[in-house]
Amino acid sequence: MHELAIIEGVLDTVTARLGDAKITCVRLEIGALSGVVADALRFSFDLATEGTTLQGASLEITQVPGRCRCRACGTEFSPDGMIMLCPCGSADAEVLAGQDLMIASVKVA
Amino acid sequence: MCATCGCSGKARLRLVTAADTAASLARDEHGRDHDHDHGHEHDHGHEHEYGHEHDHGHLPGEDRTVVLQRKVLARNDDLAAENRSWLADRGVLAVNLMSSPGAGKTTLLERTARDLAGDLAVAVIEGDQETMLDAERISEAGCKVVQVNTGVGCHLDASMVDQALRALDPPRGSVVVIENVGNLVCPALFDLGEAARVVLASVPEGADKPVKYPHMFSRADLVVVTKTDLLPHVEFDVARHAADVHRLTPNADLLYLSATTGDGLPAWYAWLHRRLPA
Repeated sequence: MHELAIIEGVLDTVTARLGDAKITCVRLEIGALSGVVADALRFSFDLATEGTTLQGASLEITQVPGRCRCRACGTEFSPDGMIMLCPCGSADAEVLAGQDLMIASVKVA
Repeated sequence: MCATCGCSGKARLRLVTAADTAASLARDEHGRDHDHDHGHEHDHGHEHEYGHEHDHGHLPGEDRTVVLQRKVLARNDDLAAENRSWLADRGVLAVNLMSSPGAGKTTLLERTARDLAGDLAVAVIEGDQETMLDAERISEAGCKVVQVNTGVGCHLDASMVDQALRALDPPRGSVVVIENVGNLVCPALFDLGEAARVVLASVPEGADKPVKYPHMFSRADLVVVTKTDLLPHVEFDVARHAADVHRLTPNADLLYLSATTGDGLPAWYAWLHRRLPA
């Protein structure tokens, strides 16, 4: 249940950047390989933002699919869950996308 | 600050040295609110610049969109990078040691401190939600140790490690083992500035931990199977475990040891020596 910590990270970043401005919408990009569950984030959001400039803001989450490149054969592929198994059989893959947790943008009233 | 699981309290930090006696530690246990202020000056800044937003003539009543494109854990990651650079400047190897509770992190460190005394300087940052118990064990093994109590938080973060490192003041060429809070979930996400991530998996836990907790194992540089003296007594499919570890992290080293019998320990010590900064 580190999703609450993630939302507090969002709060820190947004308030450090925008101070007291009232935020009406937060847009996050959650990588499929980031280890964070979108539903758990939604659950934590209202709880963690109560009494802050983000209270009542809507939360829009875009899921970014995982993308890997096989170090053995160079093929790009979408991993199945956390197992980065290339169709060629090698599990040695570089992650190209899907690991990040990004605050894409916010709407300010 | 550790906010995992809703923690909003500050982590407590205490330095325990080998000179502290068990008696003084016992007395201290009653004064846990008396946090010691080590007051070390930080020689690198923690201020991060954030750009100021300007209004660009949006219409009254219309919400404006501010593009941030910033990683959620950016502040932790920035501080971890500063820790990493501070450690590199000092030629100190920092290892983030993670496992479920009871996998044998502290036992391995006690044994390591005793066996390597006079050979390799080892200091420990102990992360636990509560108590000084592990710090006392490590201290009795002759190691300099800082205990960080995270309260309800269930992982260490880069800020806690930053403070602990300054309190420890590790000498050049030494090893700092950061014993994370026993937990196979949350610590995986938080970079502390370590040079290597070591995940312990004990034999009695069963061989299925890598597939159950893939985020933790997929970021490991070394996986250590502990309590191998129990292999004859409990079911643990060594081959399956190794195959699962290597599917998740193909380049990780895999070691097997028992801190009780000493089997496999030389390979662990050799691994530490190999990872020391040149």
